[in-house]
Amino acid sequence: MKTRILAATFGVLMGTTATAALAGTLDDVKNKGFVQCGVSQGLAGFSQPDSAGNWTGLDVDFCRSLASAIFNDPTKVKFTPLSAKERFTALQSGEIDVLSRNTTWTMSRDTKQGKFAGVMYYDGQGFMIRKSLGITSAKQLGGASVCTNTGTTTELNLADWFRTQKLDYKVVSFEKSEEVVKAYDAGRCDVLTTDASGLYAERLKLTKPDEHIVLPEIISKEPLGPMVRQGDDAWFNVVKWTYYALLTAEELGITKANADDTLAKTENPDVKRFLGKDGSFGADIGLTNAWAFQIVKNMGNYGELFEKNVGTTSPLKISRGINALWTKGGLQYAPPVR
Amino acid sequence: MTKRPDDSGADAAPSVAWYNDPTKRGYLFQALTLAAVIVVAWTIVHNTAVNLERRHIAQGFGFLSTTAGFDLAQESISFPKDASYGRALLVGLVNTVIVAVAGIFFATIFGFLVGVGRLSHNFVISRLCTGYVELLRNIPLLLQIFFWYFAVLGVLPSPRQSLQPVPGWVFINNRGLYLPEFHFGSFAGWGIVGGLIVALVVSWAIRRWARARQMETGQQFPAGRVTLGLIVGLPLVLFALSGFDLSLVAPKKSTFNLSGGIQIIPELIALVLALATYTASFIAEVVRAGILAVSHGQTEAARSLGLSHGQNLRLVVIPQAMRVIIPPLTNQYLNLTKNSSLAVAIAYPDLVSVGGIVLNQSGQAIEVIVIWMAIYLGTSVTTAMIMNVYNRRMAIVER
Repeated sequence: MKTRILAATFGVLMGTTATAALAGTLDDVKNKGFVQCGVSQGLAGFSQPDSAGNWTGLDVDFCRSLASAIFNDPTKVKFTPLSAKERFTALQSGEIDVLSRNTTWTMSRDTKQGKFAGVMYYDGQGFMIRKSLGITSAKQLGGASVCTNTGTTTELNLADWFRTQKLDYKVVSFEKSEEVVKAYDAGRCDVLTTDASGLYAERLKLTKPDEHIVLPEIISKEPLGPMVRQGDDAWFNVVKWTYYALLTAEELGITKANADDTLAKTENPDVKRFLGKDGSFGADIGLTNAWAFQIVKNMGNYGELFEKNVGTTSPLKISRGINALWTKGGLQYAPPVR
Repeated sequence: MTKRPDDSGADAAPSVAWYNDPTKRGYLFQALTLAAVIVVAWTIVHNTAVNLERRHIAQGFGFLSTTAGFDLAQESISFPKDASYGRALLVGLVNTVIVAVAGIFFATIFGFLVGVGRLSHNFVISRLCTGYVELLRNIPLLLQIFFWYFAVLGVLPSPRQSLQPVPGWVFINNRGLYLPEFHFGSFAGWGIVGGLIVALVVSWAIRRWARARQMETGQQFPAGRVTLGLIVGLPLVLFALSGFDLSLVAPKKSTFNLSGGIQIIPELIALVLALATYTASFIAEVVRAGILAVSHGQTEAARSLGLSHGQNLRLVVIPQAMRVIIPPLTNQYLNLTKNSSLAVAIAYPDLVSVGGIVLNQSGQAIEVIVIWMAIYLGTSVTTAMIMNVYNRRMAIVER
């Protein structure tokens, strides 16, 4: 971690390489032929390498969607695993093009550290604890030792929450999620806290997952989404509209399986514009007009990605909840392609 | 005799091109070096400023007064709810100092014991000490920290099944070591502190007087025993006068942890153990080298003057060995202090670890790195300075 921060700092200090990168990330990405995507060091369902070393997960699939939009090839992505602490420096220094690493959208991050392009997953912070302690509510946690990640919103929410509840606690914070889970599993702390989705994912890594429960309280808003550098509108647009394209595809009922068919047969003007038969929406953001078609054809729509990675068919078994489309009572909403 | 061009003589200097004149050429190169340093420094500062500006990252140290909003696992000085980033860094610094001081203390003791042990005529002791040195100094420090943290302290029982070396008072579990808190009554507290200070001052005066008297008359005075008695006795007497006014607060079991008492977190214990045992292996070698550096003739001379074995060690060998030992020992102390930054691997909130949190929460990477560098430079220079003063006192004084 130190080397990376130092490298980033030298990048800032020396300026030359980083300045070139600022000229236009989209052009840079096209020139080098791949997207450099910052992901977590291993969070089931979001970004995790499988046994063959292939990265999988919702955050990973977002980067593959981005590569599909630009290159029509979801494999043109290189992944950089980052700890919570390293991530913003890596983004700012130009080491990565996009940060897709279950990162919470907050005002200070959005105005000082980069720009959030959308919300891939609406999450909230929760607590996990051993069943044997007989605790049923987070309000009974006074005096507990809590394991968490350093440099996260989790750490800040935790402090805020215990203060408003007027409870004592002891924090034990590690840099890597893996260390947090290991410490919790070893009994160094009573409680593990992170985003609720993360808790379900981390529980799979424990020696006896069945002996742990997630408490009902959700203590914060954690909108997780991809992030880019500030001051590069062209690249920001591409990343933002890749996210909207995933949502729009689901709303219009276009799936990975029926994309070709839909493109050939559709008469719906919305679909025609979306898939690039009408207008020059893709060309206007520096891509081809088939950009959205490429995303859906290669990756599928948002609903498909959700189900595959974190949904009820995955080991995490998380229901759509507030992550459903606005048409189904959720919060996922994309502006029209027009 | 030929005259050099720069010799100022009565004769007019022979005309030599300025670039062949060593003095002027010297000035030229110095000026060029200075200019290069200035240009590089200016470029770095300017580029940094421009790039930060372009990325909309705020500059300067103003963020240090912003509320931190997080908690730390070990708050050695008070760290209230609305404390600032600056305060957080200060807590980190204090934690680093605690590790460094404790580490140096134990490393010195282990190191001297092992170093002397390696020279022992007892075969088992000397081989054990050799084995210790070879094993410990050849394993990377980070692995040793992990060993202590996960393999030794990690397997301790949970708080509910704490080990109790002193039942009801001292607890050991996987959350650390719990000791009772001492609350002295105000007379007892001040009496002990005051008594200790008075005893120290008087002891110092006695030693001076004893030495002066010995120089003059050759008579010895058992200063060591008298001063020890004074330092231990005076506070004890005052404490007794207060009627042993002391209350102990024992740690109590609560739902999750133990509450009350003093908690020493396992991260601190693991770090101090690892740093102390690792650095001790180097100090042992330094000590051994120092003792071997004193020629055997010195011992023989001491013997022939009638000094006992103990006096020989204390008055002849060790003072001379110290001169060889101190400079490399200083290096080991500095290494230990810098190595304490490995705390980041096991969640001990030292300066680097806390700085990392601040860096990430505030986004002020360059400022935090500047602070890190300044503080480590500062502590290293301070340690070195203290050791230099000590070294000067121990050096040969010519009479």
